[in-house]
This record gives sequence, C-alpha cells and structure tokens, in this order.
Amino acid sequence: MSNQTDVRLDDAPGLRTEREATPGSAGRGGRSLRPPEPEAESYYGLPVLNGTPWSDHDIAGYLFLGGLAGASSTLAAAAELTGRPALARAAKVAAVGAVGGSLYALIHDLGKPSRFLNMLRVFKVTSPMSVGTWILSAYGPQAGLAAATELTGRFPRLGRAATVGAGLAGPALATYTAALICDTAVPAWHDGFREMPFLFAGSAAASAGGLGMLAAPLAQAAPARRVALLGAALECAAAVRMERRMGLTAEPLRRSRLLKAGQALSVAGALLGQGLGRRSRVAAMAAGAALLAGSVCTRFGVFHAGTASARDPRYTVEPQRQRLAKSRAERDLT
Amino acid sequence: MAFDLDRAPLDAGYDDPPKRMGFFTDTSICIGCKACEVACKEWNAVPEDGLLFTGMSYDNSVGLGADTWRHVAFVEQRKPLGHQETGARDMDFRWLMASDVCKHCTHAACLDVCPTGSLFRTEYGTVVVQEDVCNGCGYCVPACPFGVIGRRETSGTAAKCTMCYDRLEVGQEPACAKTCPTDSIQFGELDELRERADRRLEQVRAAGASSARLYGHDPADGVGGTGAFFLLLDEPQVYGLPPDPVVTTADLPSMWRHAGAAALVLLAGMAVAAWRRGR
Repeated sequence: MSNQTDVRLDDAPGLRTEREATPGSAGRGGRSLRPPEPEAESYYGLPVLNGTPWSDHDIAGYLFLGGLAGASSTLAAAAELTGRPALARAAKVAAVGAVGGSLYALIHDLGKPSRFLNMLRVFKVTSPMSVGTWILSAYGPQAGLAAATELTGRFPRLGRAATVGAGLAGPALATYTAALICDTAVPAWHDGFREMPFLFAGSAAASAGGLGMLAAPLAQAAPARRVALLGAALECAAAVRMERRMGLTAEPLRRSRLLKAGQALSVAGALLGQGLGRRSRVAAMAAGAALLAGSVCTRFGVFHAGTASARDPRYTVEPQRQRLAKSRAERDLT
Repeated sequence: MAFDLDRAPLDAGYDDPPKRMGFFTDTSICIGCKACEVACKEWNAVPEDGLLFTGMSYDNSVGLGADTWRHVAFVEQRKPLGHQETGARDMDFRWLMASDVCKHCTHAACLDVCPTGSLFRTEYGTVVVQEDVCNGCGYCVPACPFGVIGRRETSGTAAKCTMCYDRLEVGQEPACAKTCPTDSIQFGELDELRERADRRLEQVRAAGASSARLYGHDPADGVGGTGAFFLLLDEPQVYGLPPDPVVTTADLPSMWRHAGAAALVLLAGMAVAAWRRGR
C-alpha cells in the first residue's frame, strides 16, 4: 500500500486506519485529495472588481430611454422649425414619455429612492451621474413644457422656446450616459470611452428616427428617415472602430449577440425606411419598430458586455500586466 | 506627484490637517487568524456577509464588499517560501495569507464619482461614506478599481472600511490593527509606515523571499499611491488585487470631450436631416 494517503474517505476493513498512517506520505504520488491549484493569475478565478449593483432593466433601459428622449426633442425642434407639425408633435410626446420612463428607472434603481433629491445638493464635474442629474433637471421641465403646450395649444410662444431649449439640451442627455458608464473600472466600458458617446449618439438618433417614422405621416417623416440612416451608420462605424481599438477587453462586446442584433435591426430599419418606407405607411411603421428594437438591443448589449467583462478577472488583470510590462521595458531602455 | 500622498487632505480643503494616517499590512507575518475580520465586524456593527462554505482553503468571506471590510485571503501554492522546509518530502508548499482592506486611495474613484457628496475625504486623508447622505445609486461600486466598496442589501446604501474614523478621532488605532496578534496590520502616520515597509522589504528579501514586493506604496502609480499599502509575497493578482490599478476619472476630461463632440455631431446630423431638401 505504497500509494495510500493519510486521509481516508472509506472504512474498508482491509485498509489500515488513520492511526497507522505513515507521516509525510501525502507527498508520495497517488491521487491527491487536495483541491486543484487556484489559477495562477487570479484568486480562485474570482473577479477583481465588484461589478455594478444595477439591474439591466433599470439602467440599460435608462440608457435607451434617455437617448430616445434627448434625440426626439432635437428632432421635434428641427421638425417644428422646418414646418412639419405632425412630426414635431409625435416627437415631443415621445420625448416626454421617454424622459418620464427614464426618470422612473433611475429612481427605481437607487438603493434609497427616498433620497433621490440628495443628488441635487452638489454639482460635481468629476461625477457623470451628478452632471447627468443636472442635465436631466434642465432638460426635463423644458421637454414637459414643450409637450404640454403642444397638446393643449396654449402659450405657443413659451412652447416654441421650450421646444428649442429641449432640442438643444437633448444631445447632452443622449451622450452623457456614455461618459456615465465609461467612467468606471469596468473594462469593456472604460476602454471604449472614445467611441461609446458616438455609438450612443447614433443609437439615440436611430431610435428617434424610428419613432418619427412610426408615428408621423409619410409626407412629414423625411427628416426621421434621414436621421435613422445617419444614426444607424454612426452606431455601426463607432462599434467597428471601438472593437478594433480596444484589444482584449473588446471580446465581451464582440461576443454579444444583443449588440449584433441591435446593429442588424438598426441597419435593416434604416434601409427599409429609406426604401419602401417612403411610400408605404406599413413599411415605415415596420422600419420604425425595427429601429426602436435595435436601439434597445444595443443598449442591453453594451450593458451586459460590461458586466461580463467585470466578472472575468482576465479582462482586469491582463491589460494591466501588459501595461506594466510595457512601462518596465521602456524604463529599461532609457 | 511625489508630494501627492501627503497632500491628499490639503487638496480636500483642510487648512491644517493632522498627518495622513494609513495601514501597512505586512502579509509575510499574517497567520490567517481572521481576528481583524472579527474585530472590524464587532466595532463597526457590520452585518453578516453570508455563512457559506466555499472550499477555497480557509477563505469563506470571499472578498471585500459592503458587509466585509477586512478580508483574509488564503492562497495555497506548490512553491517554497524563502528557505523554509515543509517537512513533507518531495512537496514544496507555501500558504500565503493576506488581510485585504480598502486602500484609501490618494485619487479615489469612488469619491470622485459619488453624485451626492456622501463619500468624502477626512482630515486624516482617508475616504469615508456618510451613510445618512448616500442615496444608494451604486456608482461607486463599479468605479472602484480594487473591488472594495459595495451596496448593502439591507440599507440600500454604500458601505466600506472607514479606517475606524470614530476611533481615530479619539486617538485610538483602528480595531483591526489593534487586534492583530502578529502586527501584520500596522497603523500609523503614512510616511513613517512607508519607511518601515522599505526596511522590512529588505529584510524579507534577504531571507530568501525574492518575490516579495510592496504594493500601493508608489505615489506615481495610477491611484497616486494608497493610504493602505501592503507587503506581498507574490504577484498582486494572486491575492485578487489588480496589478496596475488606475483611477477611472484620470480619463474623464477626455471622456467629456468625446461626449461633447458626439452631442455636437448629433445636433448637426439632426439639422442636416431636417433642412436638407427632398424627401
């Protein structure tokens, strides 16, 4: 019984009991009962980061709704100033609905919703969430006023001012969310900070264009169709560039089926809108629905790629080791 | 950059702050007793953090979070430690133990991104959550490059090590350092601890532990050096620590520029789409 270990899990009568075990026999071959070695480059494969405590419905939903609201307000202002009242009306209503939904999602995801207003006690440019709260505070009332005056027909001049104001603040609401998620240690978000705002701007424009196509008559929907095409193109270009530049941390983005579906839906919706959508109301509505669904998929895709990258210690450790090795090599050269 | 470590309280606006205080955790003399975990829980009334059996050596508290402010890591390796003899033939074995804690960074991402001002810099240069101000947005959690801070399920607010702010105010050392039976956790003025750590590193290396290194002591690193730093016997990632953490807000000016450019592109695109003739 040369390969017998001194810890036994059975009590077969032919075997010696623990009292007769040979000291130090554990090292002499045989099957080891020790758990496998932890992976060399991590602590039991556990993540280095704590990841986000956010729910995808709330925060990915917030990314989508904030983008839809902001871009819709800009589209509404542009439509109103170029004499397309039906498109403007649809976009204003969509904007106020979306910003209401985004506000709900934002508050719902707080651990202490009753303290929502605590975010208004400071302004911190180092915190995209603080800046975003103030953007939302500047944008929300104007979007609300624009929609209310539109629907009631009262105070048209005030309504016009609010429409333009919300239209100017809208792009800030649509793109600050990129800074919000990139300003974290989450590898797939942080490393994409150069392209993420453009990806979000494109996705927001595509969703607003889609909503315009869905809700406005064909004769007035030309800007919506063009916006959708521009947005889809910007979204795809930003995504391609981001994945090329990022290296290892792009893996979760590249693997995301939601992101692929989002891009496919955006492009398909935009092309359908520019083609059949110019003549057929049904085609325009289908295109609009595809664009909105595409934007939802894109935002959830980005969100989940980020959380996946935070869960795997490789995406945190590997780029940092490479950076250290590079700076050491540079130091040794000089 | 060299003076950043000592400037942290000054930069936060304190006129005549006391010396910056910190932890030096010397893992080479940690015996894995977890007294620090217990003392921290007791003193700070930190709730239970899950009573599960992980099978990861002696580690059942898994990692730092809202309800774990000190965490003792246990790493089992088939390597010799210095000149030690394991006693078992043909079997090199070393057991690395390390008590992890909030790093109290000089450039603290959690503090930067907090939208309520709940996280603040104390006069000792430490970083503390004000529980009654926090609204539980959870932004600090993914911002921390070390995976330290968490959002507490029971209260909904963020929580982490305070370096026993209440004890510091009355001249007491933090509970974990007070209870540590081997002085693996040392508390004191940061500049003095750093000198002590340099001497200790030489001693440990001379004893044959060539892989020993200091972690978090360099004011030129990505977080400006940390208020709680370590002597490790292996690569940081072996203990679950990031090898080269960088405060995420270092890139924030560039992020704002990119977001601003994208907003202008969106505005311009909308204008082009609306004012262009044709359908």
